[in-house]
Amino acid sequence: MNFLKTFVFMLLLLVPAAGCAGMSLQEKGIPKIEGLIAVRGQTVHTMARQTDGSWAEPITNGVVLVRDGKVVAVGPASSVEIPANAHVIEAAVVTPGLIDAHSVVGLSGWLNYDHDQDQLERSAPMQPELDALDAYNAREPLIEWVRSFGVTILHTGHAPGQLISGQTFIVKTRGDNVDAAVLKPKMMVACTLGSAALRKEGQSPGTRAKQMAMLRQEFIRARAYEEKIAAAQADPEKDPPARDLAKEVLLRVLSGETPLMISAHTSVDIQNALRLQKELGIQVVLEGGSECYDFIDALLEQKIQVIIHPTMMRASGAGKNSSMETAGKLVAAGVPVAMGSGYESYVPKTRVVLWEAAIACAYGCPFSDALGLITASAAQLLGISDRVGSLEVGKDGDMALYDGDPFEYTTHCIGTVIDGDVVSDLVR
Amino acid sequence: MGLFHRVQPWDIVSTIPHLFPGLNEISRRLPLIAEARPKSRSCAYQFVVVVLLLFVGNLIMAADTIAFTGARLMPVSGPVIEDGVLVVRGGKIESIGTSRDVVIPTGAIRIDASGKIIIPGLICTHSHIGMGGGGDSSGPIQPECWTLDSVNVRAASLERARAGGLTLVNQMPGSGHLISGRTTYLKLRKGGTVDELLIKDSEGWPMGGLKMANGTNSQRSSPFPGTRAKSAALVREAYVKAQEYRDKIARAEGDPDKMPERDLRMEALVEALDGKRIVHHHTHRHDDILTVLRLRDEFGFQVVLHHVSEAWKVVDEIAASGAPCSLIVIDSPGGKLEARDISMENGVVLERAGVNVAFHTDDFITDSRLFLRSAALAVRSGMSREGALRALTLSGAEMLGLEGRTGSLDPGKDADFAILSGDPFSVYTQVLETWVEGEQVFDRSDPAQRLFAVGGRGAGDDQAYHCCGERQEQR
Repeated sequence: MNFLKTFVFMLLLLVPAAGCAGMSLQEKGIPKIEGLIAVRGQTVHTMARQTDGSWAEPITNGVVLVRDGKVVAVGPASSVEIPANAHVIEAAVVTPGLIDAHSVVGLSGWLNYDHDQDQLERSAPMQPELDALDAYNAREPLIEWVRSFGVTILHTGHAPGQLISGQTFIVKTRGDNVDAAVLKPKMMVACTLGSAALRKEGQSPGTRAKQMAMLRQEFIRARAYEEKIAAAQADPEKDPPARDLAKEVLLRVLSGETPLMISAHTSVDIQNALRLQKELGIQVVLEGGSECYDFIDALLEQKIQVIIHPTMMRASGAGKNSSMETAGKLVAAGVPVAMGSGYESYVPKTRVVLWEAAIACAYGCPFSDALGLITASAAQLLGISDRVGSLEVGKDGDMALYDGDPFEYTTHCIGTVIDGDVVSDLVR
Repeated sequence: MGLFHRVQPWDIVSTIPHLFPGLNEISRRLPLIAEARPKSRSCAYQFVVVVLLLFVGNLIMAADTIAFTGARLMPVSGPVIEDGVLVVRGGKIESIGTSRDVVIPTGAIRIDASGKIIIPGLICTHSHIGMGGGGDSSGPIQPECWTLDSVNVRAASLERARAGGLTLVNQMPGSGHLISGRTTYLKLRKGGTVDELLIKDSEGWPMGGLKMANGTNSQRSSPFPGTRAKSAALVREAYVKAQEYRDKIARAEGDPDKMPERDLRMEALVEALDGKRIVHHHTHRHDDILTVLRLRDEFGFQVVLHHVSEAWKVVDEIAASGAPCSLIVIDSPGGKLEARDISMENGVVLERAGVNVAFHTDDFITDSRLFLRSAALAVRSGMSREGALRALTLSGAEMLGLEGRTGSLDPGKDADFAILSGDPFSVYTQVLETWVEGEQVFDRSDPAQRLFAVGGRGAGDDQAYHCCGERQEQR
C-alpha cells in the first residue's frame, strides 16, 4: 500500500483547496497544476496500437509525463527522466481516461424527478433539431460519480425512446458549465427502433413498420428541402424554402457528415437498422444491439460500428436475449466496437463503464480489447482518437489510476486526471 | 396441497425424489440405476420403489453417496479447509473435512473438484425471480395475497439464479404497498411446479415471510397513503385489528360459536405477531428505518430490514435494535430521492457495529448471475471477506429462519452448495455447478445450461419441465 500512501501524501501537498472530505471536488476546487506532472505506474496500459494494429504491450514501471495538459513523454522509468520540478503521482496501474461511448449522464439526473430529467422530449416522435449541448448539467452528481471510477469522457445526449430524439455530443467530465466541458459539440443523431420508441395508441409510430415508413418519409422531405435550396441558388427568381433546423440536421446525416446512431435490440429492429443504412447509404452506428451477434457478417459488410449495450444490461424486454459474451464476439470478428453505459430509467441511474467492460472481460473478451472498449476503440469510433483514448505523446493528459487490476471487483480507482489536473482523488 | 391441506401419507410417497434427490444425479452418471428410477407419478409404482429402498437400502444408499474431493472448502461456519472432502448422502451433507480426516464411504461416487472452491449455496433474501406478485392496486394492505399463487417457476430468471450459484430465494411481492403480501421461500430444486420448490415447516405448511414497505414506493394516490405518518398509522391500525382478532380467538377457547369469522388478512398478521412469519421490510431513508423499528417494538414482530440505503446514518440505532439488515448494492446512487445517499460502505459499517448483514439481488434490480459481485463490491468498500461470504449464505439463512437446514457446509444440513472456479470475490471466477439437496441444478459445462449463465438467443425464454424435475428438451 506504499504507493497509495505516497499518492495520498502527494495529493495532500498538491490539493490544499480540496479539503472537503467526501464531497465532490468542485471545478473551482481542482488545482491547476502548473508545469509538469509525472504519473508513475507499476503497469501502464498505454492502449496505443502497434503498426500491425495490435495493442502495444503494457509498460512495466512506466512514466507518463504531462505538460500543460498534454502528454509529452511515455515510457519505462529507465528511459523517461522525471524532471526534478515535476509533481509525481504513483499508482499500481495506469490507464488512459475511460470513455463512456454512449451515456445519458448530464441529461438524466440522479434524482429521477421531472426537474432533472432532460434526456427525452416526448412532444413529437422526430426532433433531430434538439441539441444535447442545450440540456447538459455540468454539475450533475452522477458526473462526479463516474469520474471517480476513471471516466473522463462521455458521449452523452438524448436517451433512446423516440424515433429521432436529438443530437448527441461529447464532453470531458470536468467543468462547472457545458462550455468548459465540451469536447465535440455535435456527434451523432440519435434514433430508436423497436418497442422503446412506440407511442401510445392513436399516436404514431405505433408499429415497427410505421417507424420505418416515417423515417423514410422524413429523409425524403429533407432531400426535397435540399433540392429547393439548390433550385433557389440556381435561379434568383425562386425563393429559398424557410429555414428548417430539423431538416438541416437530417441533411448532415444524408451527406455522411453525421452518423445516425440507431438504438435497436431485437433481431427485427437490427434488421431494420441494416435496411435503412442500405436504403439511404448513410453512416449508421448501432447502439445497444442485444441480438447483434446474429448479424456480424452484415455489420462487417455494411461497415457498421457498434456501441454495445452495457454487459450487465437487464435480460428482459427487448434485451431478453442479450449476452454477456457479445462484446467479445464482435471484437473477435473484427467489428469496430465500443461500450456505453446506455440508459437506465430507475436504479442504477447510470452504469459505470469500468464495471461493464470488466464483465465483458470475464465473459470472453481479452483484457486489452475489453479495456479498449472504453478507451482507444471508443475514441476511434467517436472520431476523437487524435485527442484521447491512448497515452501517446501529443494527446490529452487524461488518465485513470488504480491500486490493482482495474477490472477486479476489489480494486480501487485512486485517482482521475484530466488534462493533467487531478479531478478526483477519491478512493473508490 | 398447501393452504387447506395437511400432510397425508401419499404426499410422503410423492416426495420421494426429494427425500432421495441424489437419485437424479446418480442416474445421470450411472445408466443402470436410472432404469430403477421412478418415471411416473403412479403411486403403486412409487410404493414398489419405497419397498425396494427399504429392503435393498444399503446398496442403494451407498450409491446415493457422493464425495467431492480435492476442493478448497469454505464452510462459512468454520475455517477454510484445503484439499477438502465433502460427502453428500440423501440430499444432506454427511461429512466435511480434510482428505486425511474424512473417510469416504465405499461405493460412493467420487467427483474430483481439485483446484475448485466449494461454498454454501447462495441465499437471496429478497428476489423477484419468477415474477410472483402480491396485492393489486385496490389498497395498501393485502397480507392475504401470497406470491406462491403467482410465481412462475419455469421462468428463465430461475435458471439464471441457479447459474449464479443461488440455491434458496425469498420470493417477494413488490414494494408498492405497505403490506403487499406473503413471501415464499423457494429452494431452487429442479421442478416445473411451485410445490416442488417449496420449503415446508414441521406442519407441512409452505414457509415464507410477510413483505412490508415504507417510504415513497408505497405512497400513492388514495386509497394508498400520501404521507409517511399516514403509512405508519395504517400499519398500526392493521396490527391492532390483528391483535384483537387473535385475542378473540383466544377468548373463544375453541368454541365455534365464539370464534371470529376466519379472515385471511388477519391470519397472516397474527402469524407475524406470533413470530411465525418474519417481516421483510423494504426501507431506505434513515427516518423510515427508525419507523420500522418503532413499529416492531410496538407490536413485537420479528423484522429484517431490506435495502436500508441510509443504514450508515443510523447504524448505532440499528445495532442497538438487534435487527438484521439485508442490503442491496447498486452501481450508482439515486434513481429516486430516497436512494440518493445509498452507500457501498453500508456493509462494512454495519459489520463493524455488530449487525447481522446479508445481501440480496432484488432481481431484476440486480442480476442473480452476478450475486457474488454484490458482496465483492462490499469487500472493495472495506467489509471483511469472511463477513461478505457469510452475508451471501448463512446470514441470509438466519434472516429466513432456515439456518438449521442450510447456509453453511455442516453435517446434517441440506447439501446446498456452489462449485466455483476460483476466489468468490474475483470478477474472473465462474460458477461451475450449483447443487440443491444433493442434486445438481446447474452445470456450466452443459451448453444448454451455460446459455443461462452467459445469455444469448433463447436465454430469455421460459423453460418447461415434466413432472419429476428432469430437464425436457428446450422448446
